[in-house]
Amino acid sequence: MNAHIKYRIGKSRGFQALTIVLACACVVPLIAILAYIFKEGITKINWHFFTNVPKPVGEPGGGIANALLGSVIVISVASLIAIPVGILCGIYLSENKTTKLAYWCGLCVDVLQGVPSIVIGIIAYFWLVKPFGSFSALSGSIALSIMMLPIVIRSTEETLKLLPDSLKEAAFALGMPFHRVILKVIVPCGISGILSGVMLSVARIAGETAPLLFTAFGNPYLSVSITKPMQTLPLLIFNYATSPYNDWHDLAWGASLVLLAWVLLLNIITKITTRKWKVQL
Amino acid sequence: MKTSLDNSVVTRRNSVLRVINSIKTSDIVRTSKRIKHSYRQIRTEKIFRRTLIFMGVAMVLLVLGIMLTLIVESVPSIKSLGIGYLWGKVWDPVRDIYGAYPFLLGTLLTSFLALAISVPFSFAVAIVLGEYYPKGWLSNLLKNTVELIAAVPSVIYGFWGLAVLVPIVRSFETKVGVQPVGIGIFSASLILSVMIIPYAASLGRAMIQMVPSQLKEAASALGATRWEVIRSVILPYTKSGLFAGILLSLGRALGETMAVTMVIGNTSLIPKNIFSPGNTMASVIANEFTEADHPVYLSALIELGLVLFLVTVVINMIGKRIIKRYTTV
Repeated sequence: MNAHIKYRIGKSRGFQALTIVLACACVVPLIAILAYIFKEGITKINWHFFTNVPKPVGEPGGGIANALLGSVIVISVASLIAIPVGILCGIYLSENKTTKLAYWCGLCVDVLQGVPSIVIGIIAYFWLVKPFGSFSALSGSIALSIMMLPIVIRSTEETLKLLPDSLKEAAFALGMPFHRVILKVIVPCGISGILSGVMLSVARIAGETAPLLFTAFGNPYLSVSITKPMQTLPLLIFNYATSPYNDWHDLAWGASLVLLAWVLLLNIITKITTRKWKVQL
Repeated sequence: MKTSLDNSVVTRRNSVLRVINSIKTSDIVRTSKRIKHSYRQIRTEKIFRRTLIFMGVAMVLLVLGIMLTLIVESVPSIKSLGIGYLWGKVWDPVRDIYGAYPFLLGTLLTSFLALAISVPFSFAVAIVLGEYYPKGWLSNLLKNTVELIAAVPSVIYGFWGLAVLVPIVRSFETKVGVQPVGIGIFSASLILSVMIIPYAASLGRAMIQMVPSQLKEAASALGATRWEVIRSVILPYTKSGLFAGILLSLGRALGETMAVTMVIGNTSLIPKNIFSPGNTMASVIANEFTEADHPVYLSALIELGLVLFLVTVVINMIGKRIIKRYTTV
């Protein structure tokens, strides 16, 4: 009997140790990736790297200025489209919980969240590239904004649902019209939650490549026109990483480090701000 | 007497007149302004409500539009290739032969292999964070690090896989005794399995933390060890939640494009074993979409996209349904 109990306790301990080891093993690939990218990328980064466009194969040097600028433009345009639409839609979903339209709208947001990014690329190609006859940064922005929408909508909706009803009722009792109650009382109260959703979605699309393959397409030169093809960081990494040239691999490692730093920074800032906000609530 | 009364009437009337005058001069203007203002407010309110409803409708239209575009654009391929397209074994656009079987097989192989590799890890994370150490800075660190795995862009996973993982797999293949290619379904599955860990893990953690403590305490009071509590109370209680987590991971794995494209090898042959190069539905679209030069070829690729869309949507919807049922009860 005693031996049996010992066996059970030993089994329990063994299982605990096993899960802890497995759980910690999950962190290993992430650290390996971060360390490797940092090691490879840090030697390639200098001032020249940020201010020059890529050189043709064979010439040393060259930078990623066009991809950096392109990423900033594409992401800004995508945010300009997705943030207002997403927040308004989130407000709609949190204000109307029982209507039929809200049910279907919520369902569609769920569907949109699960759509593979490559499919969104196809859609943007047929909606914007084919009718206008050329690849363009704008079509890439719209593809990315479709990817942003569900994250912004869900975070807005969840944040606004957490706010107490008494807040809204007090504002209505003072005779405020509906839009002022929402825009001047409800949204400012939940602004940190909404902002964290927005930042998370920006971090998510900053690294997206698949929707840009057939839309923004890539461009070896510096370009600021949103109706022309434009290079972005993830596209540059994909194109140069799969090329056979070592010079281009070096550029891609540097670009990977920049992209990774950008995305992780956004994520970490979001985490810290949401934690703060939860404490205040 | 009379004159004084008249006088008082007159003065009263005067004062009334004076009041009316004063209303006329300033207050009426102000009230009419206020009325105009509230009319404007009411109108804005109406416009605002209508905008909100319009946004809701737009979201529905967006998803319907996506579905409709995919269906319409894949009509040429459905018409000319028929339903047999999906299990045609040869994909040779040059000779106009299209069969999606190699890609379906490639997708299923990579996704389920990745799932099989990642599930023990993600469940371990869920159990550690949900049951053993739900609080403390160390578990917080583990939780945030695991969530960061999802934040790394997939193209960076692909690049890292190409530079680091593929040589390792190649030397492993030489040891096992298969043709050492390095790139192939196995490498893609390894990369995918890392990428999908956080999805099942964070959902599993939330589910395990929701198990009522009375149940666990009752089992402990009956003399169950920690492992017995987990196996006979927590796991049965969170069964469907964990299943939903697996589904969400699977949906993610099926649709993943860039990392897979970079390490899978991109050949349209039917993979012989799990080490041979192949192609998934997403990777073939990414590779050949801009090269597709005639309508049936393009449309065949879009039909793959349609299949991918429908499969991931169904899997995601089932997962979300389970989660919703779980969290509302």
